[in-house]
Amino acid sequence: MPKVTYVYDDGSEHTVEVAVATSLMRAALRNQVRGIVGECGGAATCGTCHVYLDHSTEEFGPPSGDEDEMLEWTAAPRAENSRLSCQLVPTEEGAHLVVRVPAEQV
Amino acid sequence: MPRPEMHGVVVIGAGHAGVEAAASLRAGGYSGPVTVVGAERHLPYQRPPLSKEMLADGGDPGALALRSEAFFADRGIVLRHGPAVDVDRARQQVHIAGDRPLDYDHLVLATGAAPRRIELPGRSLRGVAELRTLDDALALRASLVGAGRMVVLGGGFIGMEVASAARKRGVDVSVVELADRLLGRAVSPPVSAAVAAHHRADGVGLCFGEHATELVGDAGHVTGVRTGSGRVLPADLVVLGIGATAEDGLARRAGLATDGGVLVDRWLTTSDPRIIAIGDCAVVCDPATGTRRRLESIQNATDHGRYAAARILGEERPYCALPWFWSNQGALRLQLVGIAGDSAELVVRGDAARFSVFCMRDGRLTAVESVNDPGTHMAARRLLERATPGEAELVAVDYDVRALARRVLARETAVA
Ligand SMILES: Cc1cc2nc3c(=O)[nH]c(=O)nc-3n(C[C@H](O)[C@H](O)[C@H](O)COP(=O)(O)OP(=O)(O)OC[C@H]3O[C@@H](n4cnc5c(N)ncnc54)[C@H](O)[C@@H]3O)c2cc1C
Ligand code: FES
Repeated sequence: MPKVTYVYDDGSEHTVEVAVATSLMRAALRNQVRGIVGECGGAATCGTCHVYLDHSTEEFGPPSGDEDEMLEWTAAPRAENSRLSCQLVPTEEGAHLVVRVPAEQV
Repeated sequence: MPRPEMHGVVVIGAGHAGVEAAASLRAGGYSGPVTVVGAERHLPYQRPPLSKEMLADGGDPGALALRSEAFFADRGIVLRHGPAVDVDRARQQVHIAGDRPLDYDHLVLATGAAPRRIELPGRSLRGVAELRTLDDALALRASLVGAGRMVVLGGGFIGMEVASAARKRGVDVSVVELADRLLGRAVSPPVSAAVAAHHRADGVGLCFGEHATELVGDAGHVTGVRTGSGRVLPADLVVLGIGATAEDGLARRAGLATDGGVLVDRWLTTSDPRIIAIGDCAVVCDPATGTRRRLESIQNATDHGRYAAARILGEERPYCALPWFWSNQGALRLQLVGIAGDSAELVVRGDAARFSVFCMRDGRLTAVESVNDPGTHMAARRLLERATPGEAELVAVDYDVRALARRVLARETAVA
């Protein structure tokens, strides 16, 4: 199974295993990862699942136009590696992904 | 000195609002017992996907859980299988069928809503479905597999989302709507028109100004819908999407004030100071203006849940939040923020494929409705959370709310 490490704002980490085809938002909620809200349930409409994706991974394509627009208005500032975690769905068995969780989502 | 908490908090209803209230109590440091009484057999789950992904792609029901079982266990939130059948306010107890009563210091009613009942000949035929619960969705999904023709009664959000999902599976779909437009209670005419155009292009038949008078059947199974004009629309599946009513029976039996839902004040407190009502079942009353409002949205349910917890933990300020709603219908994405009101003046910006409607009242922006326009919408949401700009400000930026929102947010950062 792919692994995801969520790095909290205070530097602490939480690593979970995610089934292939499960989004990083869903995996976070299911595994009690702090700081990811996911109000719209993964429809890329609420912007409350914002994360900063570690650059060492090239697993995902660039954000779609809509995701890109949403990211401009997240509660925490947008960075070059900002993504909506509901749109990040690992497809590779052995992948290990690292994302940082921002201090605020709403 | 506050009275020591002994019995803790009981939440009735394990939906979006109830679960959020329980989780927020713990997150806020509440240390007494917290019990959530749920009537459904599943772990609390998300409702919005039930009329979207769950029907269209055959999504996995397990993926809908709001929180893991461990989440509740780790936080000492007890999930009890209900339903709750009575509230004894004098004794501060909740009765659960066939179980011992639960004592409470604070009670939170989060019983949600249920599909509106309709007295229609043929209502009990097989192949007539409604959609509120995960079990409803699983049953509807199974029916969609073999369905050839579906008729949806009601052109509201759930009806139109189901119509999209059925089209995706190749089912023939017609929608019967009494009004002359879709989503009439929720959105402005330009948005209705865009939604109608989207569904027509997708092959959905739209019958406006029509209502069902009878569901006709053969050998116990539905075969069609007779409408007011006398014609019969053939169907082997009929979905009732005619709205929902608040689940307030328990509150009424307990003698709480209700009026189309459980009446609460601006602190979400019912006519009993130990009982709060939240989410779809609550009618919030603003004593200053006399306006009463019951909302059915995730934002409302979760914000109510968070507020209920804060209130129990000592919050003094009244509840205040900006209403927000979304709907996905196939490739169509709707986002609504604020409350337009009937008298709103509308300004539309964008083109047919992608636009936002700015709803103005008394010269101020009160709501924004967006069709496939997420960037503008999110900017409007950020802006309205902070201020309601006047017409002059909007005209000055040619209704470019992104520019206005950027300016307001920058000012905020500068002050901080
Ligand atoms: C198919 C569907 C799609 C939707 N899509 C969207 C969307 O896209 N966006 C959006 O914002 N909103 C959407 N909504 C609305 C949203 O789901 C509701 O507003 C929200 O679920 C309300 O939360 P709640 O906790 O108040 O009620 P609910 O989530 O309905 O939970 C109430 C729970 O209380 C239980 N209950 C009732 N009585 C008792 C009792 N006596 N004892 C114990 N338990 C009891 C019920 O079984 C239920 O599980 C949708 C709703 C449906 C049905
Ligand atoms: S969960 Fe709403 S945008 Fe990702």
